[in-house]
Amino acid sequence: MPNERPETAPSQGAEDPCRVAVQRDGPFLVDGPVEVTLEDGSTVRSDRFRVALCTCRRSRRYPWCDASHRRRVRE
Amino acid sequence: MAITFEGPPLPRSRGVLSACVLDSLRGPGSRCATDLVHRADPYGDDLQLALYLCYELHYRGFAGVDDTTEWDPELLAFRQQLERRFLVALRADAARNRSVDEALAGLLAEPADGEGVTHHLGEKGELWQLREYAVHRSLYHLKEADPHAWVLPRLRGRAKAGMAAVEFDEYGGGRADRVHAELFARLMADLGLDTAYGRYVDAACAEALATVNVMSLFGLHRRLRGALAGQFAVTEITSSPGSRRLARAMARTGAGADAEQFYAEHVEADAVHEQVVRHDVIEGLLEEEPQLAPDIVFGIDATTFLEDRFGAHLLAHWEAGHTSLREPLEQTAPGIPK
Repeated sequence: MPNERPETAPSQGAEDPCRVAVQRDGPFLVDGPVEVTLEDGSTVRSDRFRVALCTCRRSRRYPWCDASHRRRVRE
Repeated sequence: MAITFEGPPLPRSRGVLSACVLDSLRGPGSRCATDLVHRADPYGDDLQLALYLCYELHYRGFAGVDDTTEWDPELLAFRQQLERRFLVALRADAARNRSVDEALAGLLAEPADGEGVTHHLGEKGELWQLREYAVHRSLYHLKEADPHAWVLPRLRGRAKAGMAAVEFDEYGGGRADRVHAELFARLMADLGLDTAYGRYVDAACAEALATVNVMSLFGLHRRLRGALAGQFAVTEITSSPGSRRLARAMARTGAGADAEQFYAEHVEADAVHEQVVRHDVIEGLLEEEPQLAPDIVFGIDATTFLEDRFGAHLLAHWEAGHTSLREPLEQTAPGIPK
């Protein structure tokens, strides 16, 4: 049958795990798009191909990383 | 002959080198004397504009200039002389770090009391200074990510995938209205500037031209792919904190929603890009071609050196109460209401 379509595209297999990269001094890196539920119950969404989630809680754009985790040095 | 009628007009010459490139672009029959190059200031207006003109043929060209000049052998030979002079100077003057790790650590450390140009703009920059900053930067941002696209065919595996992913983001992720160059044009409109490509080349200082020329130089030469990766790392790693300060400057001066949005978008986007550039592009490239480590360091050092020169030029002029531009801006560009 020429019009027959597979139920799911090969790249969208339901078994594909969500990939997260963790690092000690930096954000969690998650493949996007990502939806995050915040403590107050609200939901925010990022459509980037990869999303950096703040783990140091210093970000002014929480839950997204804004590089505020960086070490500050005296010049 | 394939004359382009669109594209920006040719800028004005800044000395003998740029004058002879302009003559070559206007028509056949003129030759550039290569013996003048070794006497020129490698960072000066004349050499940097001459290089800029040569490189621009690979991007959009100029109105009224034959498109075949892009591959004119005499012009390419002259460009090579200019590039050598620039590269030799950079290798001698910019060297700072001994390893990739050391160079990256330097970029990742935020000075506790930074005093660069974005610190100045974030804390006390005035609207006229933000407009001048945008004018200089427009030479890159109106072709944002283009110089780095040249490197894609020269990379493999993880480095290629990472580079392509970041470039896709810079190009709006498939949406024309999110292409970063378009976002910058909207910032310029908010600041009452003319958004036409190449409009402000005459106004830009040599230090601004050099920051763009170094990207084209690294991007166009396969042998300098490591330096291009280093250059890109500097841009992406330093962008988040710098953009946060610039977003604050735009908000404080009431520059406009689009002006603020351009930098706000870069705070978040480049926090991700920085991670991809370090872990995929740089680490991936080193895994594949470890012999490129010194070139990556050179790319980082050369970019930092040229960015510092650019920042110093701006601050020196502004502290003296002078314009940093080579020609004054009209208060509001024609056709753009403010």
